[in-house]
Amino acid sequence: MNGGGDDDEVVAASADASPPLQWRFSQVFGERSAGEEVQPVDMISAIEFDHSGDHLATGDRGGRVVLFERSDAKHSSGARRDLEETDYPVRHPEFCYKTEFQSHDPAFDYLKSLEIEEKINKIRWCQTANGALFLLSTNDKIIKYWKVQDKKIKKICDINANPSGAVGNGTVANGVPDANISSLRLPVVTSHESSPVAKCRRVYPHAHDYHINSISNNSDGETFISADDLRINLWNLEISNQSFNIVDVKPEKMEDLSEVITAAEFHPTHCNMLAYSSSKGSIRLIDLRQSALCDSHSKLFEEPDAGGSKSFFTEIIASVSDIKFAKEGRYLLSRDYMTLKLWDINMDSGPLSTFQVHEYLKPKLCDLYENDSIFDKFECCISGNGLRAATGSYSNLFRVFGVSPGSTETATLEASRNPTRRHVPVPSRPPRLGGMAGRGSESAAGVDGNSNNALDYTTKLLHLAWHPNENLIACAAGNSLYMYCA
Amino acid sequence: MAMVDEPLYPIAVLIDELKNDDIQLRLNSIRRLSTIARALGEERTRKELIPFLSENSDDDDEVLLAMAGELGVFIPFVGGVEHAHVLLPPLESLCTVEETCVREKAVDSLCKIGSQMRGSDLVDSFVPLVKRLAAGEWFAARVSACGLFHVAYQGCTDVLKTELRSTYSQLCQDDMPMVRRAAATNLGKFAATVESSYLNAEIMTMFDDLTKDEQDSVRLLAVEGCAALGKLLEPQDCVARILPVIVNFSQDKSWRVRYMVANQLYELCEAVGPDCTRTDLVPAYVRLLRDNEAEVRIAAAGKVTKFCQLLNPELSIQHILPCVKELSTDSSQHVRSALASVIMGMAPILGKDSTIEHLLPIFLSLLKDEFPDVRLNIISKLDQVNQVIGIDLLSQSLLPAIVELAEDRHWRVRLAIIEYVPLLASQLGIGFFDDKLGALCMQWLQDKVYSIREAGANNLKRLAEEFGPEWAMQHLVPQVLEMVKNPHYLHRMMALRAISLMAPVMGSEITCSKFLPVVVEASKDRVPNIKFNVAKLLQSLIPIVDQSVVDKTIRQCLVDLSEDPDVDVRYFANQALHSIDGAAVAQS
Repeated sequence: MNGGGDDDEVVAASADASPPLQWRFSQVFGERSAGEEVQPVDMISAIEFDHSGDHLATGDRGGRVVLFERSDAKHSSGARRDLEETDYPVRHPEFCYKTEFQSHDPAFDYLKSLEIEEKINKIRWCQTANGALFLLSTNDKIIKYWKVQDKKIKKICDINANPSGAVGNGTVANGVPDANISSLRLPVVTSHESSPVAKCRRVYPHAHDYHINSISNNSDGETFISADDLRINLWNLEISNQSFNIVDVKPEKMEDLSEVITAAEFHPTHCNMLAYSSSKGSIRLIDLRQSALCDSHSKLFEEPDAGGSKSFFTEIIASVSDIKFAKEGRYLLSRDYMTLKLWDINMDSGPLSTFQVHEYLKPKLCDLYENDSIFDKFECCISGNGLRAATGSYSNLFRVFGVSPGSTETATLEASRNPTRRHVPVPSRPPRLGGMAGRGSESAAGVDGNSNNALDYTTKLLHLAWHPNENLIACAAGNSLYMYCA
Repeated sequence: MAMVDEPLYPIAVLIDELKNDDIQLRLNSIRRLSTIARALGEERTRKELIPFLSENSDDDDEVLLAMAGELGVFIPFVGGVEHAHVLLPPLESLCTVEETCVREKAVDSLCKIGSQMRGSDLVDSFVPLVKRLAAGEWFAARVSACGLFHVAYQGCTDVLKTELRSTYSQLCQDDMPMVRRAAATNLGKFAATVESSYLNAEIMTMFDDLTKDEQDSVRLLAVEGCAALGKLLEPQDCVARILPVIVNFSQDKSWRVRYMVANQLYELCEAVGPDCTRTDLVPAYVRLLRDNEAEVRIAAAGKVTKFCQLLNPELSIQHILPCVKELSTDSSQHVRSALASVIMGMAPILGKDSTIEHLLPIFLSLLKDEFPDVRLNIISKLDQVNQVIGIDLLSQSLLPAIVELAEDRHWRVRLAIIEYVPLLASQLGIGFFDDKLGALCMQWLQDKVYSIREAGANNLKRLAEEFGPEWAMQHLVPQVLEMVKNPHYLHRMMALRAISLMAPVMGSEITCSKFLPVVVEASKDRVPNIKFNVAKLLQSLIPIVDQSVVDKTIRQCLVDLSEDPDVDVRYFANQALHSIDGAAVAQS
């Protein structure tokens, strides 16, 4: 459980102020016992922390959403702030199971003869209006808005019209009304312990012809977007029967289709900006102020064409599988099949830095194509302070990179109780920042220490999330939710 | 007390059902809250019912919405205004639910109650409530608070007023955009109650903050505030403080803000007065008409007539007309459509000569537009232009446009033009109609789409009303009667439909002499659908024709039909026979 970062310490002498993190196992939910077979419906398919970091939601292939609540900070918020101010020995966040509910059910689209899977593709938390929790969840077609609130279990007693009393009331009512009116009683409600109850507040259906890959809330608190392969729609949270199409990349003839939308996200603070990524590896930033239909982007971020050898796989592995804005919204993280890239939205000439996630797979692309693994969509996440980013790989491994200028921090962890079990320490070379020249040569360095291990393509770590203000990563390995802290 | 008359058991049930598991029953009980309150009496309503309702704020939205509405008119049931304050706690908790419509209703009811409360009660209970909500931990409470200030402010002490103003100013700078939006929405209402000395200083500062908000959605609402605040300010202050804001907004980076300006421009012009409209807002409006976002042009184009009404004809011709010409060939069909729906109204403003010189070419080009909505919009407002220049100048282009629309391949377009045919007929006159449109009207009766056929039949009725039975006798009836012999049963059925619609207009005599023989003949049709429609038609003719005709012809025909082998025919024939008997009973 310790010693996870000994390789990192070797190269820690950089200009970076923050020392490399020592990642430790924190918690696991739904751990698989040895030999237990994972049911497909139990596979986690989405993970998301809320804005405060006090809650975590996961969605699975079976259409369920499970909520976890931070349990170590249960005492009043004032006391917690005091704790932080006095710089107590760092306490790591701990979560406990709160509740779960069935968000989506399998459905059938009769018009198109299509089955609609119940699998949760994305979860996004919304601002809380009154202390209850609100979140959006989506499968391929339908977005739902959920409210989860602690409700007291109520028992009603003291009823007027119980069978015996009814007769009495009924018969004398006309005779001596006054005497009876005083006997009328309001129902008395005795409440017992409370338990969280989830309620679907709204359903936003019938707006997507293709599969929804992203939903994202706007900073204005009243709108959100949903993106499918070819279109992005804008919704008002309160209006479920109407949405506006803001991006449409569908060509007139489907034969001309060469690029699809893979992910979309609103800027965290600028209500008018959103970014979306494509299967060709580009990221477009659009400005909703400019026009109602945002088919033309205001900025385009692409890896500059390096020339060099192009193979059949070049375009496939360039496809961006996930994008995330950093907290302040200046930096944008993107993940494609082989790399993690950090972009500055003020610089569209190329990424600030590129991190190789599993360079050792390069010779195996052919196999990966054969078994469709090359189309796996890995997510990425960035820490609240914007200093580090993490993303997943095969064999339930995930990698953490220091992304601040000058940082050379890298760590490879396995989603298990012993995250550094399989990790063979290999000193990593400092990644080169900004400059184009260095980028190609990085591959030779073998940044990742797993080239010797046999890879298991079936155990892939696709989904993970970074706590908004602590060094805590939650990641999904099959049906298990692992959390690591530093 | 009035309650003595109420039977007790139903009330007991109503009370119990306040907590029933079935939402419909709870809803029913809540909607009859006043009945329960009357039964319980004022004191028990205050001491038991209202506290009970305060605990009830986690029910379904529908129930909460009904409750919020009921409580707004509950003052008489708690013993009059001196007890009005007991109603505040349940409404306060409704002000914090997440569903917007429930909160709005609760705020509404609180305002109703607050405006009736005595000054001292207002200070003792209403103002503290507003302050509590404004300091609420979650945004729902703070959003609700914004809507209550204008009630709380009136009848407050000066100290409290100062406090309320500063609280409102904090809400205008809240972290949550939802709260700032609510503050922007309610600023006009609040400003109307604030003394004018504070208006210029404090309210305008809040307004300025909102107009510079980073969130587009907040600035949008500030646009609406311009008109409301402008009307409160002295004219010179309005010009100094509001006008620059409007001009700025009309060049905002966000098209949605400019769209709002375009939509609100008329109100804004009213606020700043005619002089500034001419000097400052005409250029702003011209910019909006030429905006590069189609949505903005749509909004601006739709206001062209209203805006020109504010100006004199010379200015309109000089500044607005060139833009109108550009818009008539805009690349967006929706812009042209919006223009077409209002442009006819410009004719009375510009007068005959200018209309012929400047507008007529635009009308004509819009009448030839490739997009049917544009043409339809022009035709729908034909009466406005007819009054100014007469229809003759247009009729040359009108006819092809109408014919093309009448034969459009989209049935909704055909349907739309049919709606306008009576209007066209009245504007174009009988002569023009006979020549050109008569044939079209008959053609619609045989359209492929039922809705068109139905509308076509209805159209015949409206034409008969417009031109009178005599004209209809000559121009419509022969064709309709001819159609009863059509080999297609659907067409025969539509002829019957037309007869049933026209009969009341044509009167008893023509109905008996022309329609009835044909209908009786049709009752021997081989298609059952025709036969039961004949039965229905005969039933509708009963009130129109004399009793003797009913007895002589209609009854016999129906009796025959009532022995038909087809069950539906028998059913409708019997229905009609019953109504004959019913009418006879009513007469005797």
